[in-house]
Parts: sequence; structure tokens; C-alpha cells
Amino acid sequence: MSAMIGEEQSVIDLELQRARIAAASVVDPEIPVLTIEDLGVLREVRRGPDDAVEVVITPTYSGCPAMNLIALEIEMAVERAGIENPRIVTVLSPAWTTDWMSEPGRAKLEKYGIAPPVGKASRRALFGEVAVSCPKCGSEQTERISEFGSTACKALYRCLACREPFDYFKCI
Amino acid sequence: MTQVLFDYTLRLADTSLILGHRLSEWCGHAPMLEEDIALANLGLDLIGQARSLYTYAGEVEGRGRDEDALAYLRDANEFRNILLAEQPNGDFAVTMVRQLLFSAYMHPFWFEMCRSTDETLAAIAAKSEKELAYHLRHSGEWVIRLGDGTDESRRRVIDALAALWPFTGEMFETDPVDTALIAQGVAVDPLTLKETWDETLDHVFEKAGLARPDDGWMQSGGRSGRHTEHLGFILADMQFLQRTYPGATW
Repeated sequence: MSAMIGEEQSVIDLELQRARIAAASVVDPEIPVLTIEDLGVLREVRRGPDDAVEVVITPTYSGCPAMNLIALEIEMAVERAGIENPRIVTVLSPAWTTDWMSEPGRAKLEKYGIAPPVGKASRRALFGEVAVSCPKCGSEQTERISEFGSTACKALYRCLACREPFDYFKCI
Repeated sequence: MTQVLFDYTLRLADTSLILGHRLSEWCGHAPMLEEDIALANLGLDLIGQARSLYTYAGEVEGRGRDEDALAYLRDANEFRNILLAEQPNGDFAVTMVRQLLFSAYMHPFWFEMCRSTDETLAAIAAKSEKELAYHLRHSGEWVIRLGDGTDESRRRVIDALAALWPFTGEMFETDPVDTALIAQGVAVDPLTLKETWDETLDHVFEKAGLARPDDGWMQSGGRSGRHTEHLGFILADMQFLQRTYPGATW
């Protein structure tokens, strides 16, 4: 009897697994080299109380305009994987942090020309500066042009060595 | 309990929305492109926070009002934002001083709110605290740059401080709505933020070579629906579409 219960529990929910793979493949519309899994925006894929597939996501910033599009794209990706009417659940807690960004994600970001977040979010200084390396030439001789870049999550920097401007993914 | 929690959440939502809307007015008009983008980003954060707060306020109220109903279908005397938030953008110095006075208060406010016994407010706080840290740094650096800049930028920042200082007292007021929720560990007691607010501003003023204005007459009323004449114009602009074409979507 106990063996049977064990067996039942170990049955893999294949549909859920397919939903997870589909959801994890969705990319950030602003940074198409990163998936929502790389970013840490995808929190969980689970069964809701009514057995429907639920995809749990968390916004990077409160007002991030990409969230609506990301939710829509998850819905389409999961439906393409053959799962009908998935539910997208947005949670605020725990609050998203750049610490959740995966190592492959950081590497992809740098290769794409965006400097990945430096250091840990918990140790950010209010009026201090961090040394951000240029994603093009690697120099640490860079300066911040503006705290806010083309999206809420980025700041604008300039490399003093190769003179190229670049985006920096802010530590938050 | 439900009524005070609704009132409290609505005040926070209205303040974030109105200041967010004010910042959005700079879009396409800022002194340079980078700053245009920065101001839009600050506004976006605040409007995002307002959306979460309105949604929660609507749930607490339980009368079926969603974020849009609360933002677009109330009149000026029903808005509960602090007066500082609705003050006109003026010149760039006024906008940056307003942002500094607000962010130096709201950053520690959200930090404390993370420990609220209300789970939803604590969750909204955890996101907002991170965002406000950047707003504070950005506005603080600008006030230093303007105060320590040219005679012209210095004159403007001094004028802005003098004009906006009388609106700062309202941030530290408490009424029965606040005290009821402070007692339950839901709300933050604003008086506990005063020391941090003072320290942050003194730090900026010292670096900027600016004198801290004297505390004199403090203007208040926004939190109970008595507003300056400016709010009506914001609402006329912001609510026009929903008032003219109720329920319009696109």
C-alpha cells in the first residue's frame, strides 16, 4: 500500500512539465536574448485549486510596461504546447531582485552589449558609485550618463576607453 | 477597519498617481533627452505603484471598483493625495526639489512598510522601496548639481525650496485613520521617519551649499480632500477620455 502511494506521488505531471518548458522559453520583449527564466521573472508553474495550469510571474519594476506583453506571450506559448486556458498569476512578494538573474543570463546580457548588474542588491549604496565594466571592450574606466535608460531596469553609461555608450542593467 | 484601510491605501495610491502624472507631463519637454527618459521612468514607477495600491483599495472596499474606476471616476474633493504631489512642475529645479522632498520621505516610509502586518501593503512596499532608492539618488544628485552649479541654477533651486517647503509638513501629519492602523502595525508612524528625512536632506543641502529653509506655516488638507486649485486641472487632463467616453478601451 505504501509503495503504491509512493508510486502515485512520483507520477510526473507531463502537462505541467510541457507548460513549464513553454513558459520558460518566453523572452523579454526589450531584451530578446534573455528568457523570463534567465531574468527570474518566472517564479513557478503549478496546478491551481481547480486543476488549471497556473504560471506565476513577478514584475521587475512596479510600472514595467513589458509585463502585459510577457503575460500574453506566456499564455500563447503555453497554449501552443497544447494546454488550454492557462492562468497567469502575478505576485509582488517576494520582490524581484537582480540577484535572481541566472549566470547564463548574465553572460548572455554582456554578450548582447548590456553590462550585467554588479554586486548584490542588498549591498547597494545610496550615494555611491560602482565600477561597471564596458561590455564592449571590458574597460572599467566608465562613467554614468544617466540613472535611467531606455527601460526602467537600465541605466545609461559611457566607456571612457572605447568611447562607446552602453546600457547597464541596474542592481535592484 | 475596512474603511480606514481603504482610506489609508487610497491616500497612498492618489499621491503616487498624481505625482506620477505630473512627471509624465515632462515627457518630450525635459532639458535633455536623458532627463526626459529619466523623468518618464520615475513617473512610470509611481504609476505602477499606484496601480497595485488602487487594485488593493478596490478589493478592500469590496464594491467592485477597480484601479480604473478609482483613478478616472472620482472628483477632486474625493482625491486624498498630499498637496506636494499636485504642485505644478514649474522649472526643472522645482520638479527635482519636489522629487527630493518626496523621495527622502517615501524611501524610508516603504522600508518601514515592508514590516506591515498587512501582507499586500508589505509586498507593494518591498518593490516600491527599491524603486524609491533610485528616485532619491537621482533627485538628490540633481539638487546638489543645481545648488552647486551656476548662479542661475542656484537661484532657481533656492526659490523652489522656499516655494515647496510649506507643503512638507503634511507628510508628517496623522489623523484617526493613521493612528488606528499604526496601532495595529499596518501603517507607518510618519513621525518615526522625521529623523531619517532630516538627515537625508541635511546631507544633500550640505553638499549643495544650500541652507535648510525655516519651518514656518505648513499647508495641509490634501489628505482630507481639500486641494489646491492645481488638482482640478490634472484631473481634467487625466480623466477626460473616461468622462467623455465612459468605459472606452483600446
